[in-house]
Amino acid sequence: MEVTLNHILFLSTALFFIGVYGFLTRRNVITMLMAIELLLNSVNINFIAFNKYLYADKLDGVFFTLFLIAIAAAEAAVAIAIIINIYRNYKSIDVDDVDTLKW
Amino acid sequence: MTGDFKIILIPLLPLLSFLLLGLFGRKYLRESSGLIGTLSLLGSALLSVFTAYNYFFVTGKVNGIYQPLVVLQQTWLEFSPGVSIDMGMMIDPISVMMIVIVTFVSLMVHVYSLGYMKGEERFATYYAFLSLFTFSMLGLVLSSNIFQIYIFWELVGVSSYLLIGFYFDRPSAVAAAKKAFIVTRFADLGFLIGILVLSFGAETLDFRTLIERLTTATPQLHGMITTSFLGFSSLTWGLLLVFAGGAGKSAMFPLHIWLPDAMEGPTPVSALIHAATMVVAGVYLVARLFPVFAISAPGALHVVGYVGALSALFAAVIACTQTDIKRVLAYSTMSQIGYMMFALGVSGYGGEHGLGYMASMFHLFTHAMFKALLFLGAGAVIHYVHSNEMEDMGGLRSKMPVTHLTFLIACLAISGIPPFAGFFSKEEILTAAFEHNKLIYGIALFTSGLTAFYMFRLYFNIFWQKDFHSELSDHHGEGPWSMLVPLIILGALAVGAGFVPFSHFVTSDGKELETSVNIVFSVAPVLFALTGILIALRLYKSENETPARLANGFGSFYQGALHKFYIDEVYLFITKKLIFNLVGRPSAWIDKNIVDGGVNLSADLTEDTSGLIRNWQSGNLQQYAMWFFAAIIGLVMVFMSVWK
Repeated sequence: MEVTLNHILFLSTALFFIGVYGFLTRRNVITMLMAIELLLNSVNINFIAFNKYLYADKLDGVFFTLFLIAIAAAEAAVAIAIIINIYRNYKSIDVDDVDTLKW
Repeated sequence: MTGDFKIILIPLLPLLSFLLLGLFGRKYLRESSGLIGTLSLLGSALLSVFTAYNYFFVTGKVNGIYQPLVVLQQTWLEFSPGVSIDMGMMIDPISVMMIVIVTFVSLMVHVYSLGYMKGEERFATYYAFLSLFTFSMLGLVLSSNIFQIYIFWELVGVSSYLLIGFYFDRPSAVAAAKKAFIVTRFADLGFLIGILVLSFGAETLDFRTLIERLTTATPQLHGMITTSFLGFSSLTWGLLLVFAGGAGKSAMFPLHIWLPDAMEGPTPVSALIHAATMVVAGVYLVARLFPVFAISAPGALHVVGYVGALSALFAAVIACTQTDIKRVLAYSTMSQIGYMMFALGVSGYGGEHGLGYMASMFHLFTHAMFKALLFLGAGAVIHYVHSNEMEDMGGLRSKMPVTHLTFLIACLAISGIPPFAGFFSKEEILTAAFEHNKLIYGIALFTSGLTAFYMFRLYFNIFWQKDFHSELSDHHGEGPWSMLVPLIILGALAVGAGFVPFSHFVTSDGKELETSVNIVFSVAPVLFALTGILIALRLYKSENETPARLANGFGSFYQGALHKFYIDEVYLFITKKLIFNLVGRPSAWIDKNIVDGGVNLSADLTEDTSGLIRNWQSGNLQQYAMWFFAAIIGLVMVFMSVWK
């Protein structure tokens, strides 16, 4: 069976909604961060797939993917720094405990 | 900066001492503040005397006429080319006379206060305020334009306010300070409008140009005379409004109500500000614009004359009934300023007709000396007795010999007994009044009798009548040398000041004027004065029943005078009953309900709306994310249905 664009898009959509589900349901901040990584990677898969199947002579999708990986790394660093600070202040990394930023 | 530095230094020295004492006095210069203030004033006084000598005998006279000299002229605020407000200093006979009076009396008061205010908690502040006042007053008299005089006019008002309210822990002093400030401020509103009218008409603020344009046939004068409003020309309006400001500062009827209350201030302050210098600022102002009054608007000058005469009589009657010695002196001040005012009112311009002008300035000069002396003497008495009331005094002549003698001299001077200072100046005033207005002459003559009566009523009540005993008072004696020396100096001047050939120096047109004392003419006023003294002697030299019976005899008239003819009550009625109820309360209602209501309404609306939506902000991250995704999905749906 040949792998078509639709298969890959199905995969990435599935991955995306797994990420969304994880982000909305998990209370642990680190798990939420991991869910975000899933979201990003589903986008990466989309880029690669479109690049390969629709514009095979170009490299734009690949470049975007590289950028996204770099940004994801930076974002993880920042996020973990924030998480450490949250832990120091609240003695917890449960997102339900961190709800003081409101009216 | 151009100009004679020596003259510029005269107001500058008190200003420097004010800054020094005001900034560092309380912390660092506590002990020496009196000395610093006094020394800077001594410098000012010496420079003033030097300036006076220089002006009157060396530089001032050109072709036998004293010319105004501009010492300093500096553009201060330039609005557009040609329209600017300047700062300048001008000396002419009256301003030179005034700087000598102001610095001299101020120096006396500074020295006196070294003893009187000793041990006072806010000693340095007191001297800082005194310096501020002296600076403002000197600036006022040296002003070269009408706007600048207004600035300094307000400054003396402020320093007067500060000094009346010096004992701010006494509610009565606070009330008096506020009253003085508000009443004079109200009068100054007239002054400001007057300035605007005059300077708009004359197209200048500068005194010399203004006087020149409004006394000779110029388009400006023509314009001001022909524009009329409610039956008066705009020139008359302008001058009357300026006079209203002067009347407020000089405590003329009916704006006098603040002056008696101003006696809440320390006594040396009363001597300086509310007797010798600040209160004559109104007279000075009219004198400054005198050519305009006399030549172009005789109608306005008549108003000045009648207001002055009425105030003189009115205050003298009240003074006869008061029992607080400082209040008696306050009313006497008002009465004497009335004399100066009506002397200006009956004067013409130039030569023999200008006698009233010269007499007014002469009286200002002599009055400053003997009235300062009276107040300082009263201060010494209060210092000794610890009371302001005549009741508590009596028989002090042996206990306070220096005060007794100088006070007697001052009483004789103010009553116009020859050869004391007041006699000469009062004589000139009465002569001028006699020649120009018989009604005012009559009032003045009667008032001079009253003056002698109430002054000697005061004198006998303090120094004769009953005997005074107090352990406390015997303990500290008459007072330190710093209080007695000014009394002696001023006493000497109250005798000698009348012999100054004043008419050679200060006249309406700058030319010398020959005056002579006419013996026949002097008989009437001196007789009146002597009668007043004899009545006072008969009634008050020893305790008896006659004054009380007389008071009963006068009945309601006596009660009226005792209550100052209910002028304060009239003011209270107008302000509290009429203005508060008819203007104040409605505007307060509008402010509370409509203006504030509008503001509150918008605030309430905002609060209600935000109350509705603020629950969206739960602080729960995943809830936000939920909304976020839902919104994205919603948007995607919308886009997909639009661009199929």
